[in-house]
Amino acid sequence: MSPSRSEIHVSGLHKSFGDNHVLRGIDLEIGQGEVVCVIGPSGSGKSTLLRCVNLLEEPTKGQVFVGGTELTDPDVDIDAVRRRIGMVFQQFNLFPHLTVTENLTLPQRRVLRRGKSEAAKVAAENLRRVGLAEKADAYPSSLSGGQQQRVAIARALAMGPEVMLFDEPTSALDPELVGDVLAVMRMLADEGMTMMVVTHEMTFAREVADRVVFMDGGVVVEDGTPAQVIGDPRHDRTRHFLSRLLDPAMANVEEETSDQVGKSE
Amino acid sequence: MADTEKLDLQPKKKGLTRRQKRRLSRGVQYVVFVAAVIAFAVAADWGRLKNQFAQADIAERMFPDVITLALKNTVLYTVTGFAVGLALGMLIALMRLSSVGPYRWLAGIYIEIFRGLPALLIFIFIGVAVPLAFPGTEIIGGTYGKVALALGLVAAAYMAETIRAGIQAVPKGQMEAARSLGFSPARAMVSIIIPQAFRIILPPLTNELVLLFKDSSLVLFLGVTLEERELSKYGRDLASQTANSTPILVAGLCYLLITIPLGLVVRRMEAKAQEAVK
Repeated sequence: MSPSRSEIHVSGLHKSFGDNHVLRGIDLEIGQGEVVCVIGPSGSGKSTLLRCVNLLEEPTKGQVFVGGTELTDPDVDIDAVRRRIGMVFQQFNLFPHLTVTENLTLPQRRVLRRGKSEAAKVAAENLRRVGLAEKADAYPSSLSGGQQQRVAIARALAMGPEVMLFDEPTSALDPELVGDVLAVMRMLADEGMTMMVVTHEMTFAREVADRVVFMDGGVVVEDGTPAQVIGDPRHDRTRHFLSRLLDPAMANVEEETSDQVGKSE
Repeated sequence: MADTEKLDLQPKKKGLTRRQKRRLSRGVQYVVFVAAVIAFAVAADWGRLKNQFAQADIAERMFPDVITLALKNTVLYTVTGFAVGLALGMLIALMRLSSVGPYRWLAGIYIEIFRGLPALLIFIFIGVAVPLAFPGTEIIGGTYGKVALALGLVAAAYMAETIRAGIQAVPKGQMEAARSLGFSPARAMVSIIIPQAFRIILPPLTNELVLLFKDSSLVLFLGVTLEERELSKYGRDLASQTANSTPILVAGLCYLLITIPLGLVVRRMEAKAQEAVK
């Protein structure tokens, strides 16, 4: 079904948490080597969509394909598919009881059954890529947020993924640390990694993304090149969101509408 | 307006100020304490007490057996009981967290029963009821096996709840990170979640060890051979032989020799954990 060039393919995706209908029919295609940024107000369902792509959330309806394998097939070996999908979380989620190197080697050894020396070699290589070779023996708690996030990226890369998912990777960082993480992500994009990035970093979206997807209220409102979606948005909702994001100091006080209340990502 | 408010907050009262009252209360407490100590010192028959509890020659005769036999057995009973309890407790904790309903219920029932019964009853059950009910069954290890089982059954109920709480205290993101790397749920539990849970529950587990250490005295009711005696039984036997309470005092001190350092270790671990949270 899915064309050979499509790495991620989502069709007719719905997701509800109880009565809360978070995703209301999403269709999305991400080609090999493509970098797609998903933007939108909080509660728009963008993080839920990302988490559905590696089945951390079980879709209520619809299909998800990654690399031609249907994840929503109940008989799929989900652990095997997830090895091909790297995931980076807002809160880093490093394993605090392990050193930086062990964070990278343990999954390789336990999941991919790599030997000790090979795992160590791959770990060192990826730590060098994210510029943290000298922190190999440190524990995560002694690192800054930006360093922890780069270790988390290295940990995902050490598994040799074909796709990388980023869930607001810089949202928990102090502003001056954001740049280091974005630099690593830009490097990955330049190397041709297929990436799906949920983010509020408009500069990154504009300069690095091949495509920008704007979501609101559980649907894709706009999907196009950064120049189209960010530079020349066609929908009012997109314009409104961007104006608030790019110039928050100038926003007006608004009435809360009922469907914005009580939603979470 | 402002005047009336001031009056409400600081009503003029006759008599003592707050500070004077505090000082008086503290003074009274000291007086009561000193009076109690003096009363005890005067009332106690020191010669008799010394004769009953602190006869040096009786205490001397207890060594080295009280250490090499009695304390050794106490430690052995405790450690084997702890090991059984930990293994069983881990199993029950995982059952309690299982997605399969009957496992959860079974674990819940076990915990309720074994937390609700006195440890002594369990000892009698293992020591007397089981051999009578199932003639021919032999608990491996004789008395040692029985004690390990009885202590383990009791400890498992408490430890299961502690371990469950520890597992649930590990942030949800840890399991998500492990799963997203391709770990199966079981492997993530073993490699990622349980090691972190144990760091969280090390202080309460050590406390459980202290409790078991004291509960091992219930061996007294199993009927043990001379070589199997632990501190309490050993102390009591010698006390009745010599018609003197000195052995009880020595046995008691031997317990404290272990429990007080363990208590200090727990407090240090807790302080360290507190530090890590900050």
